[in-house]
Amino acid sequence: MKRSLFQHRLLPWVLLAPQLAITLVFFLWPAAQAIRQSFLREDAFGLSTTFVGLHNYSELWRSAEYLNSLKVTAVFAISTTVLAMGVALVLAACVDRLVRSQRAYTTLLVWPYAVAPAVAGILWWFIFNPTVGVLPHVLDRLGYDWNHLLNSRDAMILVVLAGAWSRISYCFLFFLAGLQSIPQSLTEAAAIDGAGPFKRFWSITLPLLSPTTFFLMVVNIVYAMFESFGVIHATTSGGPAQSTNILVYKVWYDGFIGQNLGSSAAQSVILMLIVTALTVVQFRYIERRVAY
Amino acid sequence: MVENRPFLNLLAHLVLMLGVAIVALPLWIAFVASTHGGNDFMSGLVPLWPGDRLVENYGQMLSSGVSTSGMPPVSRMLLNSLVMALAIAIGKISISILSAFAVVYFRFPFRMLAFWTIFVTLMLPVEVRIVPTYKVVADLGMLNSYAGLSIPLIASATATFLFRQVFLTMPDELTEAARIDGAGPMKFFRDILLPLSRTNIAALFVIMFIYGWNQYLWPLLITTDSSMYTIVAGIKRMADVSDAQPQWHLVMATAIMAALPPLLVVVGMQRLFIRGLVETEK
Repeated sequence: MKRSLFQHRLLPWVLLAPQLAITLVFFLWPAAQAIRQSFLREDAFGLSTTFVGLHNYSELWRSAEYLNSLKVTAVFAISTTVLAMGVALVLAACVDRLVRSQRAYTTLLVWPYAVAPAVAGILWWFIFNPTVGVLPHVLDRLGYDWNHLLNSRDAMILVVLAGAWSRISYCFLFFLAGLQSIPQSLTEAAAIDGAGPFKRFWSITLPLLSPTTFFLMVVNIVYAMFESFGVIHATTSGGPAQSTNILVYKVWYDGFIGQNLGSSAAQSVILMLIVTALTVVQFRYIERRVAY
Repeated sequence: MVENRPFLNLLAHLVLMLGVAIVALPLWIAFVASTHGGNDFMSGLVPLWPGDRLVENYGQMLSSGVSTSGMPPVSRMLLNSLVMALAIAIGKISISILSAFAVVYFRFPFRMLAFWTIFVTLMLPVEVRIVPTYKVVADLGMLNSYAGLSIPLIASATATFLFRQVFLTMPDELTEAARIDGAGPMKFFRDILLPLSRTNIAALFVIMFIYGWNQYLWPLLITTDSSMYTIVAGIKRMADVSDAQPQWHLVMATAIMAALPPLLVVVGMQRLFIRGLVETEK
């Protein structure tokens, strides 16, 4: 709280005006529209709309496609998060051990952050391309017939790999910062008590890292759920057979391609509730004073 | 380092080298593919070593693009991406620093309401309000324009919080000294706050530039005129050919060019980048 303030009646509003105007016009108004639309049904020509109450929602609840999309989203979000965080933690722990080469390795590991998820998707799509890709060729030698255009599981593995790849550097940087903020004295005390490196990592480092881990978990799940549109759209387009049709992709598809506005709006509202819940978790339960 | 364990150090190096290799693999393969001719893929396997068509492929994409697919030259898309990324980064920083200044240094009615209104934007990513936001932009006549590409994305709760945090740590004595010397709020803002938050601004700029450059869904929605395509959203359109294999060497050349500018920013300004990343999440 500031003790020394400026007195002015109009100026603060002038300063806030651009931010508030954009928020109202492009955030709050559309959100309100989505909520309103979710209770309406528009006829095929958009000529008349009727109030249908919770019909759009109950329709979703009955739709096998939507339930499948929920499941696919959960699988995608959890796998991406676990894979990215697991790999990042191992890499961060290794970098933390080394003294002289820390900076060099960090530089070599942070750059995927710069590559857009959609571009990352295209790159992995190419590597795994069944006709010209490198990895299917290798897998073929091993006796596995890779085809993400037909096989649902292959498609999911592909988008998870692409999604996780884009997140590794982010997780790595936060894990490294977390590791470096753990006091050396604790590790040393454990070493004197005879704990080996793996034991120390397991019973000292990992518990002390838990605020970082929890934070990364929430952030990554939010990211996988809401900002992975590019990865999906640039690669599998939700297919084959809906197997990678995550919620945000479905909202877009139903709204723009399917022109089913009521359903798309209801899905938007559900997504808003999910992201609100996750934001509350993020702000309420996360120790925000992690020492970096 | 608690004790010296050469074996574990060696293991760490090995794991890291493997990690670096995995992380670099997609870009390396894309680069290699982009230096070959279109026929080199017909044999069914992508070569693993760069070919000799680097200049040719990149030159063709930059100057004319793939004319048959109705795509603009890559140079045009790069320009669009650059304008959008700069507009988003500069826009976000400007409006956020102003609103943070208002919220921290003034007491006015409905101050908390204003603060919460900004906070709510965190819960409304574009993805959850796609159709209505598109409608608003269309009604305002902002489709296929730089304004439409950038303005709806520049509201930022994260940036506002960051600057609020920075301003809260500024000593009150500075404000008092400025007021005793007769400086008004805007003079104080320009001559004291701005210079003191220079590093934060730079760090945030790096993050927001990458954020803006890497936008995908939004440009995809609101650009229908090919001369307004941004490069990240354009690649997919290029790879999407209905009845044939895409011209992979050209698609990959475009992918490399799409990734290169933010990559240079991250590697070249690593320190600012890391700082920005950690700060925006606190």
